[in-house]
Amino acid sequence: MQTGTPEKIFVKGNEAVAMAALEAGCHCYFGYPITPQSDIPEYLSRELPRLGGEFIQAESEIGAINMLLGASAAGVRAMTSSSGPGISLKQEGISYMAGSELPGVIVDVMRAGPGLGGIDASQADYFQATRGGGHGGYRIIVLAPASVQEMYDLTMLAFDLSDIYRMPAMVLADSVIGQMKESVTCGPRPQTVLPPKEWVVRGRAAGEPQNVVKSLYLGDGEMEAFHWKMQARYQELADRECRWEEVQTTDAELIVTAFGSTSRIAKTAVAMAREAGMKVGLMRPITLFPFPKKAYAALSERCKLFLDIELSTGQMIDDVRLSVARDADVAFYGRPPGAGSLPTPEELFEQIKKNYRASA
Amino acid sequence: MRCDVFFAGYGGQGVLLAGNLLSYAAIHEGKNVSFFPAYGVEKRGGSAMCTIVFADGDTGSPVVGNPSVSVLLNQLSFDKYAAKVKQGGICIVNSSLVECQNISLPGVEVVLVPMNQIAIDLGDVRMVNMVACGAYIEKSGALQSASLEAALKKALPERNHRLIPANVKAMEAGAHAARG
Repeated sequence: MQTGTPEKIFVKGNEAVAMAALEAGCHCYFGYPITPQSDIPEYLSRELPRLGGEFIQAESEIGAINMLLGASAAGVRAMTSSSGPGISLKQEGISYMAGSELPGVIVDVMRAGPGLGGIDASQADYFQATRGGGHGGYRIIVLAPASVQEMYDLTMLAFDLSDIYRMPAMVLADSVIGQMKESVTCGPRPQTVLPPKEWVVRGRAAGEPQNVVKSLYLGDGEMEAFHWKMQARYQELADRECRWEEVQTTDAELIVTAFGSTSRIAKTAVAMAREAGMKVGLMRPITLFPFPKKAYAALSERCKLFLDIELSTGQMIDDVRLSVARDADVAFYGRPPGAGSLPTPEELFEQIKKNYRASA
Repeated sequence: MRCDVFFAGYGGQGVLLAGNLLSYAAIHEGKNVSFFPAYGVEKRGGSAMCTIVFADGDTGSPVVGNPSVSVLLNQLSFDKYAAKVKQGGICIVNSSLVECQNISLPGVEVVLVPMNQIAIDLGDVRMVNMVACGAYIEKSGALQSASLEAALKKALPERNHRLIPANVKAMEAGAHAARG
């Protein structure tokens, strides 16, 4: 299913996700509509069947995530997408996938909550995404795009990482990144070497070993061993796969940190601060799990003041505080999600000034 | 060079199409573009707005607090957003639908264009967004009108390409009116 073209096209973030899924060889999509991500199933309902794939609008989000589990157990690349309320419904299935060591891509275009909430941008599902979300104690890979290009690139990466580490991978976007249009280069699928899927459920010839995909571990010490094995895998992820972007951090006396759409607004605020002669930089985590702890630790050896900005009352700040040196301070500015709560670069610049002055 | 423009009106006035059109025009000139739409849950009659940022380099924030240029197509958006225009910026107002007596925006150039009237005179009120685009190009000087013409081919579905000449005419009329 090769669809990549080198030319730039002007599309919505959500459409870029769908295009990347096709290019990544996603064979099955299962979903249920919800704003602000319905452009993903809309695009795939049109394009995936034409390329020989399966598109199913499930009876519910719960149906969709369990179909994803099944397709993944059968060894094909598959994806689901949703937003807040729908992602909550999927948590049971995600836990079963994690327990069964199954890959699979889940796209969460965050909207305001809790409950039905609203359709505006939010980052308040950071905890739900990065702490596993369902029961039993597990983590999933979480990638946070900040542009339409990254919606494409990180969706592609999510499929690869998910296959390599045999765990679900989530693309954690929000309604700003999902609805915004930018030019994107739809590159070809990278030539990543992937482990063979020897574990898939399939028909077998006489004498071939039986493959069982399950999350039930009843034997003595079996469950405990599973947890330690996964713990080691999370460490491997942290050692190898952390990704982040730094902007003008080298001489910074204050480092703003934010992910996704907020980091875009912060970037312009940082540029305003630089123009005003203030030594301010930006640290943007791209992988939220694994969280780039070492990068924060390294930055905080020199810079002792961080300003964490989120569209919530503060969630990522816990990870930032756990990562920076003990003598570094982490200030916070949050805008809980909802209509009219999206901060402007001018407002973030005010916050930068306030904290920068306080430190001087 | 980083330019931004904010368009707002009610659903049905073609605010989002205007934003798309300007985006394609900027892409045509080799710029990087971020187009950020926001609209109510209503299909028609709700408020619709979009911000377009274009730059040779990084577009940065898709959200703009104080736009350099705002194009406001109805009273509601004028009341809500006119005061946000940056000092030294331009506020282009659809004077057909906005009460224009006593507008006071110190430090901002106010440009009154009777957009609905112009569109109606040209035969269809639905071209109000094209009139607005023409006025924007004229006053901002940020994009070439030829790019806007080229953009029409990209932004409009093929079945509507026959309408391009009429739309170009509407843009020219908007530019003319803005010139004053």
